[in-house]
Formats: sequence, structure tokens, C-alpha cells
Amino acid sequence: MKRNPSNFRYAWTASLPVLFGYVTLGFAYGLYMHNLGFSFWYPLLMAMTIYGGSVEFFIANLLLQQFNPLNVLLITAVLGFRQFFYGVAMLSKYPQHGWRKWLLIFGLSDETFVLNYYTKIPAGYDSTVVRTWISVLDYFYWAFGALCGGCLGGVLNLQVKGLDFVMTALFLVLAVEQFLKEKNHWSSLSGLIITIGCLLVFGKSYFMIATLLLLVLEYYWFSYRKGGSA
Amino acid sequence: MSVIQQLVTIALAAVTNFITRWLPFQLFTHSKDDRQEPAPFIKGLGAFLPPAIMTMLVVYCYRNLNFVHLNQSLPELLAGLVTVGVHLWQRKMFLSLTLGTLCYILLVNFVF
Repeated sequence: MKRNPSNFRYAWTASLPVLFGYVTLGFAYGLYMHNLGFSFWYPLLMAMTIYGGSVEFFIANLLLQQFNPLNVLLITAVLGFRQFFYGVAMLSKYPQHGWRKWLLIFGLSDETFVLNYYTKIPAGYDSTVVRTWISVLDYFYWAFGALCGGCLGGVLNLQVKGLDFVMTALFLVLAVEQFLKEKNHWSSLSGLIITIGCLLVFGKSYFMIATLLLLVLEYYWFSYRKGGSA
Repeated sequence: MSVIQQLVTIALAAVTNFITRWLPFQLFTHSKDDRQEPAPFIKGLGAFLPPAIMTMLVVYCYRNLNFVHLNQSLPELLAGLVTVGVHLWQRKMFLSLTLGTLCYILLVNFVF
């Protein structure tokens, strides 16, 4: 396989905000598991196999309780539900065959979805290769952060308080960019209004699922039904 | 929980999490024929959802806002305004991210 270094460099630059975000967040996660009494192997293993922040925090807690496989299935499915829609959005951008497909699907975390969907990859770069590198880099940032948090958590106090805001800032900037570029603001505004409504009605645990279901309903009702297949 | 049970728990979570990411690719693409497109409804949904998901994730970041004691949430609100303001002014992603985050770090460490 011929590896084009500029594809990697482009992915590296694009993934820098996630580097800071994931290393701090992963560190916090490793530290959290350290405080629950787990050796650093646990956060590392979970970061590398589950690779999903909110699921890992939750499973860390479940590991201290009675063995309940059905509960694990349910909670993971509920927390991971939104990723289903990331997949729907990425259908046209990810390849349908080859080994990269599996790496890309495995690596479809929130932040990787955001980078891989919203980053405009200029002509001259191989977009599939760039997206694969972004996925792989993000994965290692997260695993590295979890390892550091699990190992050094108790020993050092390296945290820069507030560095994790970079993730919020990234989402804000991308939302603003999206808003400035789009032809109509229907989808953006729906997301904003429905999410706030659902947060108030359903609370912090369920509002994302409720929002996604309502958005699908909204699309079905107002766009798909009226416009036919348009 | 024994070590085996812990490993089973982790493996179950890993497989389930992977399935939530993989399912759309399995359901809506047809491996036998590349050219076959996913159903129009799914295609339309794939185009409609992303902007809404973006604003949803912004709200997600702010889900812990305290409306009763708003001054506790002032750092993330102010830093968010700085991020958006700088971005509208210069439209340089790296600059907006750096100044917004720097503003937040300074606020939580030295002001609040």
C-alpha cells in the first residue's frame, strides 16, 4: 500500500482539537477508574475495546456491582443509540468495502463523526485515507489519555483545569460554520429547539434519544411525506 | 464480580457499542451490488440530520448549565460567547478554539 504523507498531515492538523479534548477527557476517565480502585489495565482495555466515553464511565460503575449481562446490553444500546444516526449520515462518505470500512465504523465516536462529517477535505487529498487517519489518531488519543489517567492519576496532578472546554469550543465553531454555510436553517434550529425542549422534559439521561426520535419523526412528517422522495 | 465476569461485561459492552455503529451500514447498503442506493427516506434522513445533530451536541455540552445559580455557569457561557464572537469576526477555526479555551481556563482558574 502506498502511503501518501500529506493525507496523514492533513488528518493530524484536523484532529488537533480532539487531541487536547480526548487526552484530557481520557485522563479524567482513567483517573475516575483509578479512584474506583481499578488498575490501569482496566481503563486502557475498556478504552481500546469499547471506545465510547459515556459507555465506559457507565460500565466502570457497573463493574463494581452484581454481574448483570442484560443490564450491560441495555445501557450500552441506549447510550450508543445516537451513533446509529452517525452511521446513517456517514453512509455516503464511508466506503462500502475493504478493511478501512471496519476501522472507520469502529472509530465512529462523537468527535470522530464530527470531524469526518463536517471537515471539508480539499481536492488532492484522498478523503477515505484522511478520514481513516483521523479515526485512528482519535482512537489513540483517547487510549493514551485513559492510560495516563489510570497510571499517573494518583501520583501526579498534571491536569490543566478547563482544557476540556476545547471540545465545547470545537462543537460551537462547527455549529456556527454550519449555520453560516447552510441554505436554510431548518435542521440546525430544529436540533437546537428540540434538544433544549427534550432536556427540560426528559432530563439529562434520556434527552438525546428523545431528540433523535423526534427529529426522525419531524423529517418524516414535514419533509418526506410532503415532498415525496425529494 | 469475578475477573471473568468483568471481562464478559467489558466484551458485551464493546460488541454492543460496535453494533450501534455498524448497524446502519449493514441495514442500508447492499453488499452484493454497490450501486444500489439506500432507500430515499434513509438518504434524506442522512442529509437532514447532521446540522441538527451538531446543534444537539452543543446543547449536550451545556447540559449541566445551572439556571438557578447562573453565575456558577458563567465561565462556560462567557467562553462560549468569546468562541462564537471570535469565529464570526475572523472565521479562523484554530484561533476561535484557542482564544475560547484560553478564556475558559483563565476564568475557571483565576476568576471564579
